[in-house]
Amino acid sequence: MTDTNALEKTVGPTPELDELNSFFWTSGADGQLRMQYCEACQYWQHPPSVCCRKCLGEDIAAKPMSGTGTVAALTVNRMPWIPGLKIPYILVIVELDEQVGLRLTSAMPSVEPGKVAIGDRVKVCFEQREDVWMPFFELL
Amino acid sequence: MPNIFSEKQCVISGVGQSEIGRRLPRNGLQLTVDAVKQALDDAGLSRSDIDGVSSWPGQMQHAAPGFSPVSITDLREAMDLKLSWYNAGIESTQMSAIINACMAVASGQARHVICFRTMTEASSMAKGTRSSVQGTGSQRISGPFQWQLPFGAFSASSWAALVASRYMHEFGATREQLAQIALNARSNAMLNERAVYRDPLTMEDYLASRMISDPLCLFDCDVPIDGSTVIIISHKDCVPDLKSKAIHIEAIGGPLYGRDSWDQQDDLTRFGAEDAGKMLWSRTDFKPKDVDFAELYDGFSFLTLLWLEGLGFCGRGEAAAFVEGGQRIGRDGELPLASHGGQLSAGRTHGLGYFHEAVKQLRGEAGSHQLSGDRKLAVVSNGGGNLSGAALLRSD
Repeated sequence: MTDTNALEKTVGPTPELDELNSFFWTSGADGQLRMQYCEACQYWQHPPSVCCRKCLGEDIAAKPMSGTGTVAALTVNRMPWIPGLKIPYILVIVELDEQVGLRLTSAMPSVEPGKVAIGDRVKVCFEQREDVWMPFFELL
Repeated sequence: MPNIFSEKQCVISGVGQSEIGRRLPRNGLQLTVDAVKQALDDAGLSRSDIDGVSSWPGQMQHAAPGFSPVSITDLREAMDLKLSWYNAGIESTQMSAIINACMAVASGQARHVICFRTMTEASSMAKGTRSSVQGTGSQRISGPFQWQLPFGAFSASSWAALVASRYMHEFGATREQLAQIALNARSNAMLNERAVYRDPLTMEDYLASRMISDPLCLFDCDVPIDGSTVIIISHKDCVPDLKSKAIHIEAIGGPLYGRDSWDQQDDLTRFGAEDAGKMLWSRTDFKPKDVDFAELYDGFSFLTLLWLEGLGFCGRGEAAAFVEGGQRIGRDGELPLASHGGQLSAGRTHGLGYFHEAVKQLRGEAGSHQLSGDRKLAVVSNGGGNLSGAALLRSD
């Protein structure tokens, strides 16, 4: 797992941690991505919720993931929406290897626009922002 | 088709719209009162006839300056309305103002309901606050926006662009095809003296314009305005007393079947448009081929493609080819779109503006931008992502 400490830190708001989302946003502290997984249904779900969307059971502990996936959608944002924002930068929707349709909207701050395409294989990389570990992606 | 559906008990009795512009000297409440007065006059109703008010999303001036600056209370107090029923809230489709009004009228909670949508996004932007960009303050982000904003996906332009990129990847759609939505809107806006952008727009201009979030460029994004639109929903029994031609609501719906998310839906490029289409056509015997023109949501040009497919005007993945060259969606084509210029060129009235335009066209009162021939049946759609609503309006 690489980190992006060598790079300039990204700019953006920090998520508000609560009882549902804390595990997700702090998961990168040990370098691993985690999402909720229902053992009964063998079903991953995101965003975190109070029960499994399939069986409504509550046995949905956060489980470590491979952190790898495929770029399903890609855009390069070119608008300086907030002060200090370095443009252009890549935004992606990554389809995670664990399950068809399980996706994460994220960014690829260490990759130059034009160097990634839909279908490319990627892996998670974390950047600490206050008490949160932002799950970004880089090319695998 | 059962006649018990609430919308079939109702008509659009009057419509009104304030001046629409980039930074107007009148505030949101003034613009709303302007539009209400015009709609009352259009319907031949007086304010004492009004016993209901319905809006979406409700006042949210603090959370998103300019996005919805006027509350029902503001309007009630300003015009001293006596209300038997009133309702507004953001947890619904944009079209809920009209859906709820129909249900209120059909169930006897009210007889004449004002539905309004007021925006002052242009003035707010001029003051440095942009409602379409969330999370720019120092506060932490909670709720659904936490899954987008912290990554730098600040604006709906990026959310829509991600899905547009996937659509182009899957179906081979091109920027030149997408451009037809923007070019068609502009050529219609050139005929509409109330449209915000009326200068000619060519394919060369489009392709050379600034990219906002690839593949969406400046002309793929609608234009923030100041303005207010009012639609009055009345019981159909009132039709003989109305001053203007009543327009019937043949069918309407704003479902939420899929994940309420921009990235977790089963298929990234199927939005709520498809569900709204299914619901719409289940409430009427008319078919897509019967429609004379459509006012489809174009907050981003790309969303119109999804609406064309979702509403059944073409097959899945065929919308880009459907609009290619622009003739089919032009004023004399088989399905004219955005007859007033859409939100892309006439201004981001955010939903109700399409109803206003459809009513004017169906009555034959659209003036300089009136479509040719007898136009009796129109589809109106609102929304992007899983926020979706569709209505079928008819003139007789």
